[in-house]
Amino acid sequence: MNRTQKQSRTAILILRLIAGLVVLILAFLIGYIFITGLPNVSWRFLTSPAKAFTAGGGIGIQLFNSIYLLILAMLISLPIALGASIYLNEYAKDNWFTSTIRTAIEILSSLPSVVVGLFGFLLFVIQFNYGFSIISGALTLTIFNLPLLTRNIEEALAGVSDDQRQGGLGLGLSKYETIIHIVVPAALPGIISGIILCSGRVFGEAAALIYTAGQSAPALNFGDWNPFNIDSPLSPLRPAETLAVHIWKINSEGIMPDLTKVSSGAAAVLVLAILIFNLSARYIGRKVFEKMTSVN
Amino acid sequence: MLNSNNPTDRFIYHFNPEETTITMQTKNLEVYYGKTLAMQHADIQFKQNTITALIGPSGSGKSTFLRSLNRMNDDVATVKGQILYQGVDINQPKIDVYEVRRRIGMVFQRPNPFAKSIYGNITFALERRGIHDKRVLDEVVEKTLKQAAVWDQVKDNLHKSALSLSGGQAQRVCIARALAVQPDVLLLDEPASALDPVSTQQLEQTLRELKQDYTIIIVTHNMQQAARLSDYTVFFNLGEAIEYNKTRKVFTRPKIELTDDYVSGNFG
Repeated sequence: MNRTQKQSRTAILILRLIAGLVVLILAFLIGYIFITGLPNVSWRFLTSPAKAFTAGGGIGIQLFNSIYLLILAMLISLPIALGASIYLNEYAKDNWFTSTIRTAIEILSSLPSVVVGLFGFLLFVIQFNYGFSIISGALTLTIFNLPLLTRNIEEALAGVSDDQRQGGLGLGLSKYETIIHIVVPAALPGIISGIILCSGRVFGEAAALIYTAGQSAPALNFGDWNPFNIDSPLSPLRPAETLAVHIWKINSEGIMPDLTKVSSGAAAVLVLAILIFNLSARYIGRKVFEKMTSVN
Repeated sequence: MLNSNNPTDRFIYHFNPEETTITMQTKNLEVYYGKTLAMQHADIQFKQNTITALIGPSGSGKSTFLRSLNRMNDDVATVKGQILYQGVDINQPKIDVYEVRRRIGMVFQRPNPFAKSIYGNITFALERRGIHDKRVLDEVVEKTLKQAAVWDQVKDNLHKSALSLSGGQAQRVCIARALAVQPDVLLLDEPASALDPVSTQQLEQTLRELKQDYTIIIVTHNMQQAARLSDYTVFFNLGEAIEYNKTRKVFTRPKIELTDDYVSGNFG
């Protein structure tokens, strides 16, 4: 074996080791979280409310809050992100205005989430007087989520072949009709993958919510689904500690005797949920594509 | 660019308008990409119910010319000059470009079915124009798929995704889709270049039948295809129409030496 071959082999070996190390770190983290956490997870743990001073508390309300906030944040950010990405990918010319928008999105996506959270606190909680509430949290999450979602949808749109656009125009349809009825449906698998990936990120977010959705999870009356009642689960004006915030909170100031058990159980549930989001994103996108192209 | 301002470098056949129905005609057409002149000197008359082939080497301007005819170049290039369709200059801002494209349909190089069912592909443009009567739509689907000679292959699967079709079938569905809005003229931009020989042959047969009802203009790279399919041929080179004549004449007795070189395979 000559020198070049030796060099090449060593290089490949080192690169493999580095790549392996990344996988190992992830596997170790997930393994540790699951092994210490999952034994504490039971149906009762997932459904019962948290307890502040005694053992045996669950994460039911926090779990519900996380899901509700995620849905609200997505409902607000999806139309905006869709509009922005359609504009950027389909209409925007290459000029200073477009590049300003792109730079703004870039910067917005790299802002630390705690900064976004404090901004949400000042604007929604204080200025708009929404208080620590679901709506403050959802609006803050929208700011946090918008740049990534816009970029994901834009990529999905960019992946649609120009032939499709030409086809629509060639039939005498307007550009707008072509985009809404041909390009967006064709991009649907990618858009759905993008939404799910962003959901995972939003679901696990804590810093942006500490000062917006609040750190308390008041008891909810699951028999009352009128959003205008303050103890209704759907009420947008109630404070809503999420799962990720709950983990941070009890670890920094929790005094319940089974603190570590609750914390590790909650962490395992959170990580599991995010894993499911991430792993299902591609799968569901592919399934949608298969359905769109299927023989039946 | 070739200096062909000398009229002897060009032969463009002109019909006698008293005897012939001219569906489309271009006059003093110039197409610019930015400031670059990409196509000029192409005053061509297209006779009703014929197939005209546009041939020429890559970059000769034939596709640019074709795409100008139904204003598909609107956002891409600047098109100057007149494009007469049934005597009306359609290259004017006040003309409804969507109506132009409905009457002058287009089929593209790569089959581009939409991510919808076969049925949905064909009815889509009609539905956008407010036609929702299922009986009417059913009729259009059957009629156009029969015209495009693909009805027998897809009639049992009209509601399956058009993306699952083979290239040849997909291209025919795209032709049916273009026919559904009842155009007069069909522009085809190398419609067979992504198809296998059998599908190509079937496509040509379909076009021969379609010319009873439509005026067809087809860009092709394939000279044999032009020779066996078309009634008239335009030869483009370096952004100009060099020779326009009956296909038989272009291929057997070309008037211009450049055409002779091209059709006999000496360049291109």
